[in-house]
Amino acid sequence: MRDAVTALHGATFIGRVTVADGGLRGMVTLRGDLAAPAMAAAAQVIGLTIPAQRRVVMADDRAAIWMSPDEVLILVPHAQAEATAAALTQALTGIHHLAVNVSDARAVLRLTGSEAALRETLAKLAPVDMDLFGMGEVRRTRLGQVACAFWMVDSSTVELICFRSVARYVFDLLAVTASDGGAVGHFG
Amino acid sequence: MSTRLATGGSRIDRSKPRRFTFDGAGLRGFAGDTLASALLANNRMLVGRSFKYHRPRGIVAAGVEEPNALVNLGTGARHEPNQRATTTALFEGLTATPQNVWPSLDHDIGAVNGLFAPFLTAGFYYKMFLYPRAFWKHVYEPFIRQSAGLGRAPAPEDADPDTYEHFHAFCDVLVAGGGVAGLQAARVAARAGQRVLVLEQTSHWGGRAPVDGGTIDGQTTEAWTAATLAELAALPNVRFRTQVMVAGVYDHGYVLAHETVADDRPGAKGPRHRLWRIRATRIISATGAIERPLSFAGNDVPGVMLASAVRDYIAHYAVSPGDRVVIVTNNDDAYRTALAVHRAGLTVPVILDARPAGGGALMAEARAAGLRVETGRAIAKVLGTKRVTGVAVCAQAGEGAVLDTIPCDAVAMSGGWSPVVHLWSHCGGKLIWDADRAMFRPDAARPPTDHTGAGFVTCTGAANGALTLAEVLADAGATGQVDAPLEAALAPVWMMPQGAGPKLRAKAWLDFQNDVKVSDVQQAAQEGYQSVEHAKRYTTLGMATDQGKLSNINGLAILSDALGQPIPQTGTTTFRPPYAPISMGAIGGAARGDVFQPIRRTCLYDWHEAAGAHWEPVGQWRRPYCYPRAGETHQDAVRREITTVRSAVGLLDASTLGKLIVKGPDAGRFLDLIYTNMMSTLAVGRCRYGLMCNENGFLSDDGVVARMSDDTFLCHTTTGGADRIHAHLEEWLQTEWWDLQVYVANVTEHWAQFAVVGPKARQVLEKLGGLDVSKSALPFMNWAEGTLGGVTARVFRISFSGELSYEIAVPVSLGRAFWDALLAAGAEYGAAPYGTEALHVLRAEKGFIMIGDETDGTVIPQDLGLDWAISKKKPDYIGKRGQERLRMVDPDRWKLVGLETLDGSVIPDGAYAVADGRNANGQRNTQGRVTSTYFSPTLGRGIAMGLVRRGPDRMGEVIEFPKLDGSSVKARIVSPVFYDPNGEKQDA
Repeated sequence: MRDAVTALHGATFIGRVTVADGGLRGMVTLRGDLAAPAMAAAAQVIGLTIPAQRRVVMADDRAAIWMSPDEVLILVPHAQAEATAAALTQALTGIHHLAVNVSDARAVLRLTGSEAALRETLAKLAPVDMDLFGMGEVRRTRLGQVACAFWMVDSSTVELICFRSVARYVFDLLAVTASDGGAVGHFG
Repeated sequence: MSTRLATGGSRIDRSKPRRFTFDGAGLRGFAGDTLASALLANNRMLVGRSFKYHRPRGIVAAGVEEPNALVNLGTGARHEPNQRATTTALFEGLTATPQNVWPSLDHDIGAVNGLFAPFLTAGFYYKMFLYPRAFWKHVYEPFIRQSAGLGRAPAPEDADPDTYEHFHAFCDVLVAGGGVAGLQAARVAARAGQRVLVLEQTSHWGGRAPVDGGTIDGQTTEAWTAATLAELAALPNVRFRTQVMVAGVYDHGYVLAHETVADDRPGAKGPRHRLWRIRATRIISATGAIERPLSFAGNDVPGVMLASAVRDYIAHYAVSPGDRVVIVTNNDDAYRTALAVHRAGLTVPVILDARPAGGGALMAEARAAGLRVETGRAIAKVLGTKRVTGVAVCAQAGEGAVLDTIPCDAVAMSGGWSPVVHLWSHCGGKLIWDADRAMFRPDAARPPTDHTGAGFVTCTGAANGALTLAEVLADAGATGQVDAPLEAALAPVWMMPQGAGPKLRAKAWLDFQNDVKVSDVQQAAQEGYQSVEHAKRYTTLGMATDQGKLSNINGLAILSDALGQPIPQTGTTTFRPPYAPISMGAIGGAARGDVFQPIRRTCLYDWHEAAGAHWEPVGQWRRPYCYPRAGETHQDAVRREITTVRSAVGLLDASTLGKLIVKGPDAGRFLDLIYTNMMSTLAVGRCRYGLMCNENGFLSDDGVVARMSDDTFLCHTTTGGADRIHAHLEEWLQTEWWDLQVYVANVTEHWAQFAVVGPKARQVLEKLGGLDVSKSALPFMNWAEGTLGGVTARVFRISFSGELSYEIAVPVSLGRAFWDALLAAGAEYGAAPYGTEALHVLRAEKGFIMIGDETDGTVIPQDLGLDWAISKKKPDYIGKRGQERLRMVDPDRWKLVGLETLDGSVIPDGAYAVADGRNANGQRNTQGRVTSTYFSPTLGRGIAMGLVRRGPDRMGEVIEFPKLDGSSVKARIVSPVFYDPNGEKQDA
């Protein structure tokens, strides 16, 4: 089999924060009644729980991201996406739902740096209250002129997803924004 | 002359000299100077020329309200026009030139306009340009071009070398203004636990207080300001910043503010300006007040300044506007200037107080200091042209008979104060007229309201009409003991003297920048202008770059007087954001250069570029239009690519096509409603072409639907339709058919999709191997999933060209690798990539419609001969009833046909077919138009599709298309299917 590649081919920018290609990630769109017990049971099958509104659930190499009142995005290692979608479909047999592998539809970017610089960089591009944005939260928003979502992995790491076709735009935009000399000092 | 005083200047650092250039002359100032204070220190009172008459213009103010001191700042790519010298911090190497001067600042021949002033009165533009007609082109236009206008626009080839950015901030309380009122209000909000953001437009805290004096609880205002800032700094819930101007307040507490980050450090790393995009629950406008000029003859002569500005220049910058400063006022505040001038060791020859009884404690203080105070007196006229040389004194009550002439170098004028109510007014806060103080101030009962109906902006301090230190503090919620002199009431003075005759009125300026005088506003009233908004536009009062900060209230008072009505009845003009000009760079933010706009790239973007693709923007996608080879024109390349497809095999990157998964027990039912044709009957493994219409029946999108499983469909949309149709489906599911059990997912970007098209397409796929793609295993309009060349792929046997064709979808992460494999496998069969233009021609040869070419939002499928794709059996689908309307079933509708030119040429794109006669507008009647037109290399001639009245009933008829060059081209109406009408090739 051939090697799969990301949109950013491993690019890295080092500035006030480091912007890096987050690598390939398995992603499964799961739609259904998020409150249904069957949904919780299905999530358990893949080692996760269903996140509450605007929350992310992280467990080892996987995560569940709240996308809308009836949609969750499941993150798993890239090679496991198809099997994860199948496992969810299996677990939800007879229950109206949609589980589909969308791994390559999006790109993952990883931002690392001081917490203040991370918050500032995002606040320059996204209309999000970065004062209050905390661990365990996810925000679907816009970054510059495109849609994105991001969450904090820890106090010095943010993961951000965008559609694959605009990965270069998002990378370049973050690089411009995280360039030296742009400190606002708003978050300390 | 104006000069630097030997001592003093709270803002300047005499140990840090700064060299700068103005109008070519090398000058010196100090760190902490503004360009204006440095110019005054160098006796540069004359800084520009006015807009219309090219009158000499000097510095009037010390802040953002300055109407005159606008300069071209910087050189080369950093050149920027209309920069206010009063708000420009001086830095080493600053270069500025005066504006609107020709040939030079000192000797401006435009000033001759003054001689024609009687012809350049209010409404000049409206009146004069009408007759005679020929004068516009030969006289008015060249004349105005030469003489009007302000700064010099940057050279078009110069790209701004600086960067800009946005910043999103959120707070409970936004305080605009860091004077005593703003800081006190911030303290109150902060103590209440609110998240507070305080923004001050200048570089300094405390507003006017440090200059205007007084004490709070025994502290000087400077000490109070420092203590308050220290208290705020210790609180975690307060942030404060200088050099950020709140520019506009919008609905829902949205606020824009403009930060000047590095104007005084050209070339520094980081952004030059920053646009703050703020969401605030509540906004406190502590924006202060602006002093008004007085309207006397010659009040525009350089050397006539606002009284507050005179004492600001002395206190902050140790700059004397002149040795002898005459004070003219209608209120007590100007006495502070008199005392400041006196204490600086300069001379106050006289204080002219228009009030018959004069003022209160401050007047007494001035008299005690030995200053001459004349009450009931006014300025009849200012003497001097490029510089004040003296004033002629008269009685305010009279008509201007000169009682005395007093030599002086400067005049400090004060006509009272106008609260800065802009932020209150931007979202509809109303004003009331305070007759005692002669000011419009916010009407607390009618604030701008939020979504709950409650007010979300409050004004405090001078912005709320509280003018003295005690009033300001109390208004901002403090209980401190204030020691400041009691002030006597002001007397409204709108014209000086009150009985000034026409000659004086024609020299009494209201708007210094736009050259609007008292006489102009009075004339507008005489000519029937009653609305203040109309009078503004007729006279251009308040339309300059300062937006009437000094002139508006005086102007509307004059208008009210001329109309014989009270001021509140006249009202104010509308306050619109921004409060003061902000840079276009800040508005654009980071969006420039590579990130000006997002470019959507397929996984083959780099490959296309390396292959020399000529790009075509398709929405935000970039798709290869064609791949020209060495020596080929684009046209050559397109023709070659078409021939490759028709004779061998072509490869197309079709990844941008929309792909929507529709799944659920009701998916078939749902798609039957969405598409015009039947989708629920589609067998698993089969494909069907479908049409989507909007509610009016007009064709909206098309594409092939493939049934994945019993409850799952894959719907292909056009490239531009992917997001739009996804939203369309969600909208119907969420708002109308929420009872249907269907989920939709947009998987467009998960798949790379490549079309392998041409008679040798099958051989290429067979060479890749792994999946049986024979006619029997995978017939036309079927699809299969399997391994192709080692990659799990979906293979669709669909054709948009009329050739044997496969569209192969693989995950995007493997897209490039799969494409490379296709190229390698196809090499021996002559495979080559083709672009969107070849795609278009190929489909036109086959008579396939293209959304956006054959459709324009007014075309129904029936117009395009697509009746076969419209189910007659279904009870309903979106657009069904629209298509039953009388106009839609009219046999006279323009319908799709093919067009074959008699001479083989290509009909120009968009050409119309003419019919007999003319319409009511005298235009030729039309009977059709071209929708797609190309040269077909396959047929060796021009082919076209078009919509023609009753077209399909008129086969063989010849119609005529006029061309832009006056000739016309004749075309025969034929079937739109030019190529392989029986479909044998695509079914091969």
